[in-house]
Amino acid sequence: MAEKRITIRTTRFDPDKDKVPRLQSYDIPFSDDSMVVLDALNHIKAHVDGSLSYRWSCRMGICGSCGMMVNGVPKLTCSAFMRDYWPRSITVEPLQNFPIVRDLVIDMEDFMHKLKSIKPWIIRKQEYPLGAGEHRQTMDQIDEFRQFSECINCMLCYAACPVYGLNNEFLGPAATALARRYNLDSRDQGLKDRLPVLANSEGVWECSFVGECSVVCPKGVDPAKAIQQTKLDTTTRFVLPYGNREE
Amino acid sequence: MDFESYDVLVVGGGLAGIRAAIAAVDANPRLKIAMVSKVYPMRSHTVSAEGGAAAALRPEDSYENHAFDTIKGADYLADQDVVEAFVREAPIEVIQMEHWGCPWSRDPDGKISARPFGGMTTWRTCFAADKTGFHMLHTVFQTSLKYSQIHRHDEAFATKLLVEDSRCVGVVAIDMRSGRVQAITAKSVILATGGLGRVYAFTTNGNICTGDGMALAYRAGVGLKDMEMVQFHPTGLPFTGILITEAVRGEGGYLLNKDGERFLKRYIPNKMELGPRDIISRAMVTEFEAGRGFEGPHGKYMHLDVRHLGEDKIDAKLPFMRELGREFVGIDIVKDPIPVRPVMHYMMGGVDADISGATPIAGLYAAGECANVGLNGGNRLGSNSLSECLVFGAAAGRAAAERASSVGPVGANPVTALLADETRRIRSSFLDKKGGEERIGTIREEMQHDMDAGAGVFRTREGLEKLTRQLGALRDRFEKIKIEDSSRTFNTELTAALELDFMLEVSETIAYSALAREESRGAHARRDFPERDDAKWLKHTLAFRTDRAEPRLEYADVRITNFKPQARTY
Ligand SMILES: Cc1cc2nc3c(=O)[nH]c(=O)nc-3n(C[C@H](O)[C@H](O)[C@H](O)COP(=O)(O)OP(=O)(O)OC[C@H]3O[C@@H](n4cnc5c(N)ncnc54)[C@H](O)[C@@H]3O)c2cc1C
Ligand code: SF4
Ligand code: FES
Repeated sequence: MAEKRITIRTTRFDPDKDKVPRLQSYDIPFSDDSMVVLDALNHIKAHVDGSLSYRWSCRMGICGSCGMMVNGVPKLTCSAFMRDYWPRSITVEPLQNFPIVRDLVIDMEDFMHKLKSIKPWIIRKQEYPLGAGEHRQTMDQIDEFRQFSECINCMLCYAACPVYGLNNEFLGPAATALARRYNLDSRDQGLKDRLPVLANSEGVWECSFVGECSVVCPKGVDPAKAIQQTKLDTTTRFVLPYGNREE
Repeated sequence: MDFESYDVLVVGGGLAGIRAAIAAVDANPRLKIAMVSKVYPMRSHTVSAEGGAAAALRPEDSYENHAFDTIKGADYLADQDVVEAFVREAPIEVIQMEHWGCPWSRDPDGKISARPFGGMTTWRTCFAADKTGFHMLHTVFQTSLKYSQIHRHDEAFATKLLVEDSRCVGVVAIDMRSGRVQAITAKSVILATGGLGRVYAFTTNGNICTGDGMALAYRAGVGLKDMEMVQFHPTGLPFTGILITEAVRGEGGYLLNKDGERFLKRYIPNKMELGPRDIISRAMVTEFEAGRGFEGPHGKYMHLDVRHLGEDKIDAKLPFMRELGREFVGIDIVKDPIPVRPVMHYMMGGVDADISGATPIAGLYAAGECANVGLNGGNRLGSNSLSECLVFGAAAGRAAAERASSVGPVGANPVTALLADETRRIRSSFLDKKGGEERIGTIREEMQHDMDAGAGVFRTREGLEKLTRQLGALRDRFEKIKIEDSSRTFNTELTAALELDFMLEVSETIAYSALAREESRGAHARRDFPERDDAKWLKHTLAFRTDRAEPRLEYADVRITNFKPQARTY
């Protein structure tokens, strides 16, 4: 039987040479049913064109670095099986809504700043001394924030978010989910410190509740829910005297 | 000339590196710390760790037990003073992680829970479901964002250590975004660059695990210790090498051969699935050779069966395993057995460092998987290495801070010349190289294949000698590589070439160290020398770089305190 083949089109863009991104086509063997889109890129880089640039590491859906648009949909390429596309061709582009650094590599510095701005660490009025041992926390208390702690910072939700696409000042899905992760943690007392960022005009109020973020999230995080819950927080907390826990 | 100066420079943004950076700030908040990482820190391979972190926290446990399990697991090649210090610090570090927000799974009373793990005689592996490394890494990374003293250089690739008068004063790094080659200087430098799994074809390690820090130190004249000790994990998914955590067996999973038999009863009847990794991996390969494995499109495999645990327990304790089964194998582990086979997983060997992470070069420290502080010996027990990253990351951070608080600043003079040399090397050997014909990808694949064949679960003299010749030939071909990418911006072909260069070098230290050790100990199993030989080989190997491919091997005594070497039976 003739070897199965597949056509992969990928974005090429080198700011040293190119004014605008273009698509380049590669025809490669589709030799194993277990192959994912990332395997195709790796085949191209190793055997056809060493200059193709993209990020990846774990190839097990946990490091968050391999997000790209696959036939127009934000995906982790290490978990996107070619058999789901074949015999159609596959077009791989950088995540949309982000500036392109090179080929399939996006600029995600904006998120790194947003992440820091929501103070993603445990804030306490008084540090609990190490010698006192651990805080007690039940599995039910963990369940309160668990899903929001599972964010791998893959940026698929930002690529799917129409609001972020129009205005990248918007704090956006993952950063809001992570703020929520800390606000809901029974060990944390930092809600008040995080509210200003969450409540300002580029914060959660920008969200028009399209919910695309939660659809594309590969880790079952529901950032749309985080945003809705945070809207509630920012209203009630400003009206009522701060009802923060352990105060 | 480009350069930036700091007090402490950490190369690596994984668990060990970030823990070191925070410890350095805590030791002296006036210090300016740099953290250089070739990927955004949260992409570091710590993120993939699943099972848990060991710490003797529970009342029924003791430091002595944890120490003994570790030393026995190491087949007595561990330095016992280091192990004893480690077991005392590990619980403190696990609590520290809790205070920083790590979502450790809990017991009903709200305390940090623990699960059984291979080679551990009691429940001491603390876990955050089966995404422990992911949660630990994101917790320390997010916590590190509150320290304004830590200056990150994300996506900066270190190519060389700056060493002057046997004192380390910084690194040369390529800023991937701009392509700029720059010097970053510091009074102390900590290597925390992780493992080298990518020298093998079939590995649980991510693309970034290429042994860079080990090669950097080796080139600077530091010995690489016990490089023959490479851990093969019994349960990797065929084809991808994705790890199925030992916690699956800890929670009660069975390993079955093609006759549906729990074959471990022939090899390690008292421990069965909870035996140490080296022994189980050898048992699996032996079963394969006896024709009792399954045959699949990607080679032989066994079944790992958790169906009897039930959906509720699987969802509570092993949700990520169910997700991996569904995503990557197309099975539901609640209903189907998981295909698994031994896979290269962890490097016990590494940069020769002492209990505080100090290497023989003044100002240079190492921590985490890239280091060998003497903890893991011949075989690391699962869940000891996340704790190792915390304990020895923190120790190295403190020691580096102490040094940085007392020594004078780094002068510009030598740095300028060293930077110019390194910039020239990168240009002439890589970017501006003309007439090359060898593909990086081809040489890398051949190296990985040769390493799998020659330095795998079982080794022989013939196999290792052949491997050294193959690696030598690959090194010659590497001189003729071609680099198609001439861009300055995010040139991942250049970094792939630099990584391959590092990998060829550390592979050679593995092959030669393994060839020399004529005994079987821990993960190093020689078919031609099947017994452990304490009289001759109760010692650490140290490989030093020479002008030739072949390293110079020296040996150092193992420090024994309270646990006299005995036969390692389970
Ligand atoms: C799949 C898997 C599961 C595991 N599960 C467990 C477990 O359950 N329990 C356990 O205890 N251990 C486990 N381990 C082992 C453990 O996760 C690792 O040993 C540990 O996380 C290594 O951490 P590290 O900080 O040393 O390195 P890493 O996390 O790998 O970080 C290395 C860092 O160095 C940087 N770096 C490397 N080279 C350069 C360079 N040239 N220039 C700049 N930066 C560089 C990288 O960018 C990265 O930030 C597991 C390992 C794997 C692969
Ligand atoms: S919320 Fe989901 S989609 Fe968004 S960054 Fe996190 S893991 Fe990715
Ligand atoms: S390579 Fe890590 S998530 Fe895909």
